[in-house]
Amino acid sequence: MKYTLAVLVENRPGVLTHISGLISRRAFNIESIAAGSTEEADTTRITIGVEVEDEFELDQVVNQLSKLINVIKIINLTYVDSIQRELALIKVRANKANRSDLVDIVEIFRAKIVDVNRETLVIELTGEEAKIDALCEVLVDFGIIEIVRTGRIAVSRGPVPAKEM
Amino acid sequence: MRMLGAEAVIECLKAEEVEIVFGYPGGAVLTLYDALFKTNFPHVLTRHEQGAVHAADGYARATGKTGVCFATSGPGGTNLVTGIATAYMDSIPLVAITGQVGVSLIGKDSFQEADICGITTPITKHNYLVKKVQDLPRVIKEAFYIARTGRPGPVVIDISKDVFNDTLDFEYPDAVELRGYKPIFSGDASKIDLVVTELEKAKKPLLFIGGGVNISGTSQELRKFVESTGIPIITSLMGLGCIPCDAPQHLGMVGMHGTYAANMATMECDLLLGVGVRFDDRVTSLVKNFAPKAKIVHFDIDPAEVNKNVRSDFRVIGDLRWSLPLLAEKVALQGLQKWQQETGEWNKLVQEWKKEKPPVSELETAGIKPQAVIEKVSELTKGDAIIVTDVGQHQMWTAQSYTFKKQRSFLTSGGLGTMGYGLPAAIGAQITLPEKPVVLFTGDGSIMMNCQELATMADNGLPVKIIVMNNQVLGMVNQWQRMFYGKRYSHSSTKGCTDFVKLAEAMGVTGLCVTEPEELDAILEKALKMEGPVLVEVLLPATEDVLPMVPPGGRLDQMVLGGVF
Ligand SMILES: Cc1ncc(C[n+]2csc(CCOP(=O)(O)OP(=O)(O)O)c2C)c(N)n1
Repeated sequence: MKYTLAVLVENRPGVLTHISGLISRRAFNIESIAAGSTEEADTTRITIGVEVEDEFELDQVVNQLSKLINVIKIINLTYVDSIQRELALIKVRANKANRSDLVDIVEIFRAKIVDVNRETLVIELTGEEAKIDALCEVLVDFGIIEIVRTGRIAVSRGPVPAKEM
Repeated sequence: MRMLGAEAVIECLKAEEVEIVFGYPGGAVLTLYDALFKTNFPHVLTRHEQGAVHAADGYARATGKTGVCFATSGPGGTNLVTGIATAYMDSIPLVAITGQVGVSLIGKDSFQEADICGITTPITKHNYLVKKVQDLPRVIKEAFYIARTGRPGPVVIDISKDVFNDTLDFEYPDAVELRGYKPIFSGDASKIDLVVTELEKAKKPLLFIGGGVNISGTSQELRKFVESTGIPIITSLMGLGCIPCDAPQHLGMVGMHGTYAANMATMECDLLLGVGVRFDDRVTSLVKNFAPKAKIVHFDIDPAEVNKNVRSDFRVIGDLRWSLPLLAEKVALQGLQKWQQETGEWNKLVQEWKKEKPPVSELETAGIKPQAVIEKVSELTKGDAIIVTDVGQHQMWTAQSYTFKKQRSFLTSGGLGTMGYGLPAAIGAQITLPEKPVVLFTGDGSIMMNCQELATMADNGLPVKIIVMNNQVLGMVNQWQRMFYGKRYSHSSTKGCTDFVKLAEAMGVTGLCVTEPEELDAILEKALKMEGPVLVEVLLPATEDVLPMVPPGGRLDQMVLGGVF
């Protein structure tokens, strides 16, 4: 099963390598990992998507990560009512003949075209992973040149921040 | 007070009540060594950085205090790696201070530069790179705090050369402020009530003791529990000594080279209380066959140990210094007389197992019996010595045949299984406990891995007694080749060309040799009585096996007990 963890860490050099190193060293599978600064200057928030066998294995991931001195808090957002998003930039082949088809698709997905030239388009889409997967699948027919995705980030609904959960 | 970074390091060590440092100098730490000189701070020069880190480790294991070692940048730092990993695997409190190249040279493949923090990240509890002199006091304070609290472990502080030469207004912080590190001491007391209830229900309970008891120094607390319950005991390699091996309930070590009684009891018990253990694969063999009839209770300070290897039914997370007294108290309150009658049958059964198969097999080979060597030393030292080993057959024979009586009296590399650990660890132990007999059992393979430390021993007049169990082979490797590789002894002979007596003498250590069974007792007696460092080489037959043995992946009750393979 797939789980989403929010990990609050000290904003220090090397923390991300520490975390990803620990996870991979213990043979757990990272699906995605996204790090960025937060409302507090000394705290970084890392959203980790992991795929594990069962809750026992998830507990191991959480417990092992908790051992790192620079990890302040780990919150399992899997069962918390939360909003999950990922950003993707997709470069596809486009010509005069099929460009309007592409525009239609982009509209249906509520994506944005952020760059156009004679042979290609770049599409920007924010959404849940499944939605981005779906768009990519449709675009395959046009010829995808490259895809860049950020990995998911997540925030809970309601007034309580993760650090207080 | 205004002082150099290097002087500040020494001040910090004093504040942490560090008694001695083991180390090896070099360019990046010259200012630090200069500060050692000026303050006359106790330091032991080993002959290799690996010797320094193992010595600091041996010191820590024997005393329960934090061991400290120094090394210079690059090759000095990388030479520490094996010792740091050894300490990490066995949860030993250690602070390693390494020099790093100047700040402006970091990251440029400069002369003698290695990324020590990067290299040691997977084998340290935490590590630091210090580039600003102002950070030194805080970092060192944190490092000692992290190394010795919670589940202990090694911490590396890599300090740029510039920092030693820079000056600061020194002030040592009183407290540490670490948002992400709050070691737990006491846990949830109601969990202990649950354990007591389970214990009362159990008909075949078994107590499994591990290194955590040694580390936390809680053998006294554990004994109270054992006294009021009469519960049979098994231990891991690291748990030896916490309960005297000759206690009637003690069934011996469990696992691959465990005793018949301990392994049988594990297969049959209905409640297994694991205390400060991590269920290493050398203990459990195939996890799915481990203690198949038992509910498992796990006492540990580290939440990450829970369900890591073996899934437990109940767990008590917290320091054993908190949980064991509470357990003993609650059990004593409960009055378990009736329960003890019910477990009488079980206690009888385990005693029969204990008698049925001798703990050590007696093979019919001529020559000196390795077990006889260890038993004689055991008899002569009466369990009052610090026993150190290297890794191999001699290590297992020592674990099986020495009658350990005290906690922290057995220093051995359990988790990593590091050959070359023994000699420097014995140095670390002897230097802090000059009055105690310290005996090292080593092999002809292992001793060579850090034999340069004989010089350190002699230099410091340390009266360690070294017993080289010379079977002229890498015995444990040889045994596996005999048992599992059709006797194809690929590169496992040391050929017997080394004259260990001469080696000892060359380094300033008295050398003795035992070749005949009849002279064994007298020479051992003489060696232990002699002053100063002594190396005794004992010539053993090459084909003696460590038995019992559970073949890898086998079940604990499917031990090979004896005979020829
Ligand atoms: C540093 C290191 N290298 C290799 C090994 C693998 N190993 C385990 S036991 C052993 C043989 C040990 O031989 P010796 O020290 O002579 O002891 P004996 O088994 O003969 O008692 C070897 C090579 C190890 N444990 N550590």
